[in-house]
Amino acid sequence: MQPFVLSRPKTLAEAAELARASSQDSALRAGGIDLIDRMKEGLEAPARLIELRWLGDAEATMRALGPEGEGVQIGALVTLAQLAAHEGFGEAHAALRQAAGSAATPTIRNAATLGGNLLQRPRCWYFRHADLVCLKKGGTACLAVGGENKFHAILGGGPSFIVHPSTLACALTALDAQVEIRGPEPRTLPIAELFVTPKQDAKREHALQPGEVLVRAILPKPAAEQRSGYAAVKEKQSHDWPLAEAAVKLSLQSGVMTDVRVVLGHVAPIPWRSREAEAVLEGKPPSEALFAEAAKAALAGAKPLRDNAYKIPLAQGLLREVLHRVAGVPLPE
Amino acid sequence: MSDRAGITRRGLFRGIGTAGLLAGCKPSERPPTTTEDPGDAAGPGPGEAALGPGPAPLTFTLNGEAKTVEVAPNITLLAALREQLRFTGTKVVCDRGACGACTVLIDGLPRNSCMTLAHDVAGAAVTTVEGLAAGGKLSVLQQAFIRHDALQCGFCTSGMLMSCQGLLERTRGQKLGREDVEAAIAGNLCRCGTYPNVVAAVLDAAGGSA
Repeated sequence: MQPFVLSRPKTLAEAAELARASSQDSALRAGGIDLIDRMKEGLEAPARLIELRWLGDAEATMRALGPEGEGVQIGALVTLAQLAAHEGFGEAHAALRQAAGSAATPTIRNAATLGGNLLQRPRCWYFRHADLVCLKKGGTACLAVGGENKFHAILGGGPSFIVHPSTLACALTALDAQVEIRGPEPRTLPIAELFVTPKQDAKREHALQPGEVLVRAILPKPAAEQRSGYAAVKEKQSHDWPLAEAAVKLSLQSGVMTDVRVVLGHVAPIPWRSREAEAVLEGKPPSEALFAEAAKAALAGAKPLRDNAYKIPLAQGLLREVLHRVAGVPLPE
Repeated sequence: MSDRAGITRRGLFRGIGTAGLLAGCKPSERPPTTTEDPGDAAGPGPGEAALGPGPAPLTFTLNGEAKTVEVAPNITLLAALREQLRFTGTKVVCDRGACGACTVLIDGLPRNSCMTLAHDVAGAAVTTVEGLAAGGKLSVLQQAFIRHDALQCGFCTSGMLMSCQGLLERTRGQKLGREDVEAAIAGNLCRCGTYPNVVAAVLDAAGGSA
């Protein structure tokens, strides 16, 4: 890694100002797992790292994990290991606990944070190759088009075909999370608005501006009888990025499903909410046939590249599995 | 035995390496930390603490012993342990947090020392594989590894031991199952495939120490 200065401001205001003033040449650092990786690979060489882990007690919100009103708050510095072990998540928020516990490895989960997981850069091998200038790095074309695209997007792709790398993003989107952002103008937005599609801006994956810091995620008060679940398929059981993920949230009352959220991960450049699948499920009693129909609807718009058509049946099967589990309908043989 | 018995691979490399290093930059001749260096464009603004880009003092506890070293911010904990402090039990393999060979305990938690900056452990307690054998006697876990033949080439072993040590420490007195051990070593790659023997060794050690 190139030499750099390690700044340890005590307040978020100082950190944000420092980041804004040196935005071309600095990076905010929480757990630092993805940042250090990018620096070792020569993708980035910031002259200054601004540490968030050393913020003082005034910024306790960034480390908070627990009830917030009738919902739940999760500070940006909370580690994936803390999330996975948190006993305050009931059935309503199980998807988040399951997602956090499945990401990366136990050792990485002891360092990686909620904020860093949400804001990490894509794992596309063209983007990660220091010698290649892809669309995300100022080039003229997404190299996955006409290249090796086994792990790329089948939904919402173009002009870039990355898949969003965050496992927590998939679960948090299904749980209708909000994210609080501190900066020149503090704002709180639905997590879906944090993510930027390649059509909006192919060079970035999130909407934070220089000097803005993601402070925490907030899960709203769960609906009555709310339950949720998450699952991923990977080539390796541990330490692998998913081929596909599915997160589902729903309320099951009087035998019908309401407030249904269906989100697929690692199939699109953003966490992919399937309103088509939700429309199939909303207000209906759960059943094997309905789940199959929802899974079909979720992938109906898929446009696979040369090597990734396998993701269509994979994501369908995964979504059906999660729906069965969350709704308590026995899995078919 | 022949004369060669007195020469170890590590000793030989260490001799060459030190000579090479001394010629280039003796630690005592390194530039001072730039914390208060007004001439450095990348230096800190007023008020906030900043380290580097040159070596800056770092104090932490290593295997129960207080250590202070001068280390630059861009040096990983792994590099500082091996190259500055000469604790070479912790291994470099992938250097990207993917294999777990560099696992150490930081305040009791297994962490990838390759993805940790040395300055991250300021004030923390670090335990490396060298810290397991108290007074030169192998720990219960290490003895169980030997008994169960839980290693072949050995590259993953120090990291594997630290992940398992972390598990034993945080579950002290609890009954462990196979799945607990498998979950604990899910970040440690072993290309020799010794996983079943590692699991058996840890279950044995947990039973023995409970």
